[in-house]
Amino acid sequence: MSTIVLKGIQKNYGAVQVIKGIDLSIDDREFCVFVGPSGCGKSTLLRMIAGLEEITAGDLMIDGQRINDVPPSERGLAMVFQSYALYPHMSVADNMGFSLRLAGVPKEERRAKVAEAARILHLDNLLDRKPKELSGGQRQRVAIGRAIVRKPKVFLFDEPLSNLDASLRVQMRIELARLHDELAATMIYVTHDQIEAMTMADKIVVLQSGIVEQAGTPLELYHHPRNQFVAGFIGSPKMNFLPAKVTAVTDTATTIALPSGASLDIPVRAGGQKVGYAVTLGVRPEHMRLAGEGELLGEVMVVERLGGETFLYTQLNDGTMLIVQADGEIPTGVHERISIKLDPAACHLFDGEGLAIERMERHPLANLRRLPTRKAS
Amino acid sequence: MHPKTRERLVLTVVGWLAAGLIFFPIFWMILTSFKTEVEAVATPPQLFFTPTLENYITVRERADYVHFAINSIVISVGATLLATLIAVPAAYAMAFFPGKRTKDLLLWMLSTKMMPAVGVLIPIYLLFRDTGAIDTRWGLIVVYTLMNLPIVVWMLYTFFKEVPKDILEAGRMDGAKPKQEVWMLLLPLSLPGIASTALLSIILCWNEAFWSLNLTTSEAAPLTTFIASFSAPEGLFWAKLSAASTIAIAPILVFGWMSQRQLVRGLTFGAVK
Repeated sequence: MSTIVLKGIQKNYGAVQVIKGIDLSIDDREFCVFVGPSGCGKSTLLRMIAGLEEITAGDLMIDGQRINDVPPSERGLAMVFQSYALYPHMSVADNMGFSLRLAGVPKEERRAKVAEAARILHLDNLLDRKPKELSGGQRQRVAIGRAIVRKPKVFLFDEPLSNLDASLRVQMRIELARLHDELAATMIYVTHDQIEAMTMADKIVVLQSGIVEQAGTPLELYHHPRNQFVAGFIGSPKMNFLPAKVTAVTDTATTIALPSGASLDIPVRAGGQKVGYAVTLGVRPEHMRLAGEGELLGEVMVVERLGGETFLYTQLNDGTMLIVQADGEIPTGVHERISIKLDPAACHLFDGEGLAIERMERHPLANLRRLPTRKAS
Repeated sequence: MHPKTRERLVLTVVGWLAAGLIFFPIFWMILTSFKTEVEAVATPPQLFFTPTLENYITVRERADYVHFAINSIVISVGATLLATLIAVPAAYAMAFFPGKRTKDLLLWMLSTKMMPAVGVLIPIYLLFRDTGAIDTRWGLIVVYTLMNLPIVVWMLYTFFKEVPKDILEAGRMDGAKPKQEVWMLLLPLSLPGIASTALLSIILCWNEAFWSLNLTTSEAAPLTTFIASFSAPEGLFWAKLSAASTIAIAPILVFGWMSQRQLVRGLTFGAVK
């Protein structure tokens, strides 16, 4: 068992507050991803959990015990650094066995544990090498191996894949997911890459300027973003935002008028909206299609063909830019005029403060976890 | 000629000129040590002459070289070890746990090197007299340690700064106590830097003359005192002085030559990254 609870966690550097009171709970064996733009405080938060940064205020609890003042090595955590932070003067085996050596574990037992970790990570043949003789992916695995050997309650990852090339990153992503399954440990993972977050997380925590914007399952964040920031951050390419005005409000839908004059019924709860209020319509590129009599008209400025799908960067008649996802086979070229139809059921509405207006129906997969809930072992 | 080639040629020539300029006094001193006293002061200076070992024989007869050399070695190495021992924890703290005033403190430490040593001669002399430290090796070791400490701390600080903080933090996560962190990670990783710092400190101690002349007489006198004893009292005997100087700098010259690679690597560490 290892649940982590953060209660009102704050961090100040002198007069500057970088973490502004974070409440969060991470369940046992959960893969939790902190994601956010650079400078949002995600790494600082991770380092505070690790014990490498002091906690200015609030309580950090692991399994119900307050560990604010417990030294890093006694918190039962292991951390994988962005730079790998391998000990350059030690062999792979010594790198992985260093924590055991410090803990006074006998040599034979140490060797067995290192061998076991090496087996899991396919490092068996590299144990005598020095870090500088390894490739980036191998170094990464040694860094993970160093964490595994300690059998920690919680694994902390600080942007571990950002130094790898694209194909290796995808491979390591899959390997990490497999590892999470195999080790059945709680993992906290920091990244600025929302694709990493979406693909690996049980729970995503979106941070901005030292506060939690939203925490939830990947699909909850995708289908029910709490505000415009989360909506724009999750999903690739980004969600499109269009200014709109409320023209009618009923219990089951809000009717809005777009600058183009088109009118749409968005199935959201009435909330505090009144006729005449300015709102923002959010619609993802994948929820639009090209159709004869669409709500929006525009000119294609850039075409990105990925093969399977095509992205059309379109300038609407009123000047706003829109990204539309279309079929890979579509022949549309630059400067062609297109008509776009929106799917109202997939549209989001944000009020004047950028807060999402609750949708009528919850998406059926919004509570789905990445992996089926495991049996307790 | 290609501009790059010309640039390289000019740099090479300038490099050789600078090296020649720096080495010439040493070369001339060694040359003079093999001349007779008359040849040594002849005008114009003589480049070709019949070498003689007579000066070295006289120098050997007049003073116990080995006694001074042992003092030099003990004092230089002792002061360097002591300074390093004090400086490592200081530089560790400054490099990895800097406070608001760390930079100021470092600058202040360095500023003490700008003060002329003679300014504290009287107080130090009185302290030495009252503690019985005059003409003792340990007395000189203490003074040399204090004299070099700012430089040693500064150099170690810069070398430690080069060690990625992540590595030490990884060590801390692995359960390393501060002492283990320094001993098992920091020191092995900054060994080239520590070696060149120690070498520089030894060289500075070896060549130090002001304090050794003022605080020692015979018992603990190092080679600088040995050289000075040949400039008195019958007037200057250039050839004998040169011979004494040559054998005084010989050990450190050989030592420096052998550790040249280490020294250069250490001094340019970080600059070439």
